[in-house]
Amino acid sequence: MNVHPGTAKPVEDPMLPLTYEVVGIKKELPDTVTLDLRAPNGMPFEFEPGQFNMLYAFGVGEIPISISGDTSDPMQLVHTIRVVGKVSQAFAKLKEGDSIGVRGPYGVGWPVNNIKGSDVVIVGGGLGLAPLRPAIYSVLANRGQFGNVVILYGARTPNDLLFEEQLHEWRGRFDLHLDVIVDRAEAGWPGRVGVVTQLIDHAVFDPEETAALVCGPEIMMRYAVQALADRGVDTKNVYVSMERNMHCALGFCGHCQFGGTFVCRDGPVFAYDTISELFTTREA
Amino acid sequence: MVDQRDMASIIGEVDFFDGLPADTLELLAGCAKNVRFNAGDYIYREGQAADTFYIIRHGSVAVQLHVPGRRPLVIESLTTNEVLGWSWIVAPYRWSFDAQCVTLVRALAFDATCLRGKMETDCAVGYEMLRRFVTVMSQRLRGTRIRLADMYAPTVNAAD
Repeated sequence: MNVHPGTAKPVEDPMLPLTYEVVGIKKELPDTVTLDLRAPNGMPFEFEPGQFNMLYAFGVGEIPISISGDTSDPMQLVHTIRVVGKVSQAFAKLKEGDSIGVRGPYGVGWPVNNIKGSDVVIVGGGLGLAPLRPAIYSVLANRGQFGNVVILYGARTPNDLLFEEQLHEWRGRFDLHLDVIVDRAEAGWPGRVGVVTQLIDHAVFDPEETAALVCGPEIMMRYAVQALADRGVDTKNVYVSMERNMHCALGFCGHCQFGGTFVCRDGPVFAYDTISELFTTREA
Repeated sequence: MVDQRDMASIIGEVDFFDGLPADTLELLAGCAKNVRFNAGDYIYREGQAADTFYIIRHGSVAVQLHVPGRRPLVIESLTTNEVLGWSWIVAPYRWSFDAQCVTLVRALAFDATCLRGKMETDCAVGYEMLRRFVTVMSQRLRGTRIRLADMYAPTVNAAD
């Protein structure tokens, strides 16, 4: 199996959801909420950046959601969820004190420990910033062990910027470069309008010493990888987070099969080189 | 005041002109001047004669589409070291959009009539300029096409 040095570790009873209490809700965007969850017995939840959980809305269904919190704060399990279907809709209606089922963490995450010493370029698009946030926390918590840190974020419009307060906070730091671009805007938007690849063209990093973490819609990731390669970044140092139809999260059911891999078990984060052929395979 | 020789060296430092021979830079310098605009100024408006193109040296410019009944739509923003405007190179030489300064903007402005004349009479200069502009046009067309996909639109996971 071609996977990068793994961060996956077995969970004790992988098919058993544990009941977590909603202790905080933040409406990030009109269709996106962040849930802070706490285990009933107060046990810590340890995970690696980029891993995901299966979240169960009782009586409705179960969906895979990336963890968007901080690995250094294991008492708080954080998930950011966009409302698109009936299960995510149920999560958006939760109130503090309600309960959901959680099983996980699953999958292989961002290889943050393996890229120490490199410049780090983090490219996020839309909701793709959520699975990247734990990696950003981790890189910033160990800032001295990385070279240039560049965060590039693309969104649909200025009203669709996820974690906007945090973007401002990160942008205010003197030890990283953060740039944002949107697909379209009305006059008065002071930021950039265009595609996220344009930000890659102008970002400051040493391509030969760079590892890139990329997460967003597959179209965006495809062009972002291309732009990184055009800048001279070796694609074996580019990591992408894939999204597929994950059900069991254990590689049993096969719903998320991606060529010879299962996204739930071998991903969701892959070294681009290991899946590059699949990445451009047409499905229809 | 910048003399023509200084202007040639300024132009020589612009990425867009990277690799041009000294005599071409001198020739371009003959058509160039430094300009400055304040935030909110319009550099050009849709329908006006496209008689200048710009290399932004500082600041940010929003290329806008005027939409009746709505606020102008920003279709692209351009910043330091980027080229603003290519309608000067394509007949009938009229701007297709508005260009409004988001910040204070300092730019190199090139007289398009002067430059078109030089490109007509010197094929090597004409080819070099077209080659560079086609690259910029291609990159922006690709960017526009990618954005047509509305890639950040919500997609439903089959389990959801």
